[in-house]
Amino acid sequence: MLKQLFHSQVALGFAQAGVTAVLAMIIGVAARKRGIHVESETLVALARGLAQIVAVGFVLVFMLKGPQWTSALMLSAMVIAAGLTSARRTKKIPGSFEVSFWSILIGSGSVIAVMTWAGVIDGAITSIVPVGSMIIANAMNTNALALDRFRAEVESHIGEIESALALGAAPDISVSPAAEKSFSASLIPALNNLRSLGLVWIPGLMAGMVLTGSSPLYAAIYQFVVIAMIFASSGLTSLICTSLIRQRIFTSAEQLALAR
Amino acid sequence: MNAGELLAIVGPSGAGKSSLLRLLNRLDEPTSGTALIEGKDYREIPTREVRRRIGMVMQRPFVFPGSVAANLRFGPQQQGRTLSDQEIEGLLRDVGLSGHAAEDVGHLSGGEAQRVCFARALANQPSVLLLDEPTSALDEVAKLEVEAVIRRISRQGVTSVLVTHDFQQARRLATRAAQLQSGKLIRIGPISEVLNVEATLS
Repeated sequence: MLKQLFHSQVALGFAQAGVTAVLAMIIGVAARKRGIHVESETLVALARGLAQIVAVGFVLVFMLKGPQWTSALMLSAMVIAAGLTSARRTKKIPGSFEVSFWSILIGSGSVIAVMTWAGVIDGAITSIVPVGSMIIANAMNTNALALDRFRAEVESHIGEIESALALGAAPDISVSPAAEKSFSASLIPALNNLRSLGLVWIPGLMAGMVLTGSSPLYAAIYQFVVIAMIFASSGLTSLICTSLIRQRIFTSAEQLALAR
Repeated sequence: MNAGELLAIVGPSGAGKSSLLRLLNRLDEPTSGTALIEGKDYREIPTREVRRRIGMVMQRPFVFPGSVAANLRFGPQQQGRTLSDQEIEGLLRDVGLSGHAAEDVGHLSGGEAQRVCFARALANQPSVLLLDEPTSALDEVAKLEVEAVIRRISRQGVTSVLVTHDFQQARRLATRAAQLQSGKLIRIGPISEVLNVEATLS
């Protein structure tokens, strides 16, 4: 229906965005009926998401004509934004931004760098930026899950942790059960993605590649490659995050210092 | 503190009894003042060393998942020492849990778990043991079992500090008492003296 009304691709895109936003708002209003007030948050998130992604579209339009290093600049900006977003939900943990930033930077940066060097990711801006952003976004989610689970584990096991400290244990040993649990919990989404690939979902990248004329078989294999890279970078991010965070929640005198 | 004595800390809720214990093994940091261990400022001694020498049993039995023996081995392991089976059996005998070494802590009653915590603290061979209302979460029978353990430890010459709101318990176990109120020490002396003054006043 929309295609008959709009002839310019951009105008069509905005019309499609409008229809989906209406759908999302209906969900927000439906939630209100059950006493859950998310409609203003939904509206803000929708407007914000659209503005952000359109801005990125503009940047991409310019970057395609620009030099190669602009892709590194853009990915770095994404890592900082990911660190800030990830840290926002875990304000109680001291230094959560630094932990998030370094975990996401090393976790996703090393995978992107090695895979580009090996030729798995094409170095062209049109390829490295979208694939890199997928890896960074998933590292961000994993990091946020790891931080949140770690905080919850520590809060619910203060007695055990302080018992271990009182027996002369080093701080990182006293919280190692919490770190292990948050590590494995944070990897559940990445692991589920890998397991259910093709069975439960056909991810967007593959759909996009097929739409732009790649062979469906190559698109399928490359989708696996991306999901596997996401899993690797998520694992590394979570590993770094859970090792860094262990040190952060203790004072120099080895006392538990989680903001209450 | 006198070596080998059992000092009871008494006082109403919020008087600072538990806070005092947490300062003594440096789970919390003093905002002013300090504690002296054999005349030495405890902030000059590495924290882990302080905590090994000043053991603690908390209000609730926070056992680690696994076997009873694994719980007892935890403290010495932190200094690279592995307890032998005989040492474990000896510690368990002291708390009345002979033969429970291989048992999973999930199967223990509250009183048994608390006695495992005593044995676990003693495995570090502390010179002082801090007891933070160790019977308050237990029923009457378990409470008496734990009191028997406290008495036995005391007889073995371990200096102990017992926080309790139960005056009868303080009278049963302690030789001296210190009374706290709103974070201040208001009385310290022989147990009968401190508790009698308190009884008269109230």
